[in-house]
Amino acid sequence: MAELMRAALSGDEAAYTSFLRRAANLTRRAVTRRFGSMLASGTEDVVQETLLAVHLKRHTWRIEEPILPWLFTIARYKAIDACRRRGVRVEVPIEDFAEVLAGPDETGRLMEETQHMEMAVGTLSGGQQRVVSSIALEGRTIKETAAALEMKETAVRVAFHRGLSAIAQRFGRPA
Amino acid sequence: MKTDQLISRLAADTPAQRSSPALRLGLAAAASCLLAGAAMMLSFGPRPDFAAAVATWRFDMKFAVTLTLAATAFLLLRRAIYPEGLEQAPFWTIFAAPAILLAAAAVELALLPASTWGVAAVGTNWWHCLALVPAFGLAPLAIGLWALRQGATTRPMLSGFLVGLFAGGVGATFYAANCPDDSPLFVLAWYPVGILALGLVGALAGRRMLRW
Repeated sequence: MAELMRAALSGDEAAYTSFLRRAANLTRRAVTRRFGSMLASGTEDVVQETLLAVHLKRHTWRIEEPILPWLFTIARYKAIDACRRRGVRVEVPIEDFAEVLAGPDETGRLMEETQHMEMAVGTLSGGQQRVVSSIALEGRTIKETAAALEMKETAVRVAFHRGLSAIAQRFGRPA
Repeated sequence: MKTDQLISRLAADTPAQRSSPALRLGLAAAASCLLAGAAMMLSFGPRPDFAAAVATWRFDMKFAVTLTLAATAFLLLRRAIYPEGLEQAPFWTIFAAPAILLAAAAVELALLPASTWGVAAVGTNWWHCLALVPAFGLAPLAIGLWALRQGATTRPMLSGFLVGLFAGGVGATFYAANCPDDSPLFVLAWYPVGILALGLVGALAGRRMLRW
């Protein structure tokens, strides 16, 4: 992901789109897991606010630093902000705050998980890698992936399943 | 708006590179020192016996304290401009300046007879100190908050407080050049008032200004 952002910062629009899609998915997963019960339907708002913040504050990512801690800190900031805005009237049990306070650990776990996913996808060959990362990391549908990569939908399906089984073989059961 | 639409709009806004927030913070710090220095020179100026005073440990101690405060606050601010910068930051470093001051005060208590402690602490013009430390620190506070806004702190209030401490350190450094009272007891009694006032203003301003 850091490479995508580096390319994006030097003006590569496609890389930036890819980066933002991945960022959106990671943020959605992280926010749902940590704040889902408090935000409910507001999760997607937090995802969008995070993307906007990432865009407006992209100059605060230091290109030599890892990008996931940066992204997750922004997502957490936006999620806590959204919780507070709602929390004016909603009763929030203390355990939830304890969880918020315990934030960095959870962020670390997600980060590790994501890195593993990226690493696993990175071991695939070119074609499979593009397909799997488009579907599994960027959250595109098979149809969208086929259009983006100029492939037939059946070919995308085949590449996706082969890619997943290759990962399963190498790393044990797929997540 | 759908998230996908948002993504394509953002991607179409070709990223134009902005200068690094660290550079802006550095420039802000330099400008802060220039402005606070100018304010001091144009108002009361350094004390008349400045050159002779530099040779005394009590006078130099004041700068050790105020410069340490400004430097430690600045180093923390350099982290604060990044969203993840203050995670596990070495906040304890900010206590270096108070530690030096307390140690100097302890030495002073040992050196002076108890009957003169009160006189040393009250000094000759504490009201000057209370007014001038915040006055000289005002421009650094404003510039510092502006620089932090260019970054992306996820701790707005804490960052504002640190800007206030930085401004207090810079303001107190220049006030110390004018201040005729050198006893660590005087410094301990009065300097923190103005510095913490700047910290409080910074924290309150930060809570509003440094959100994004």
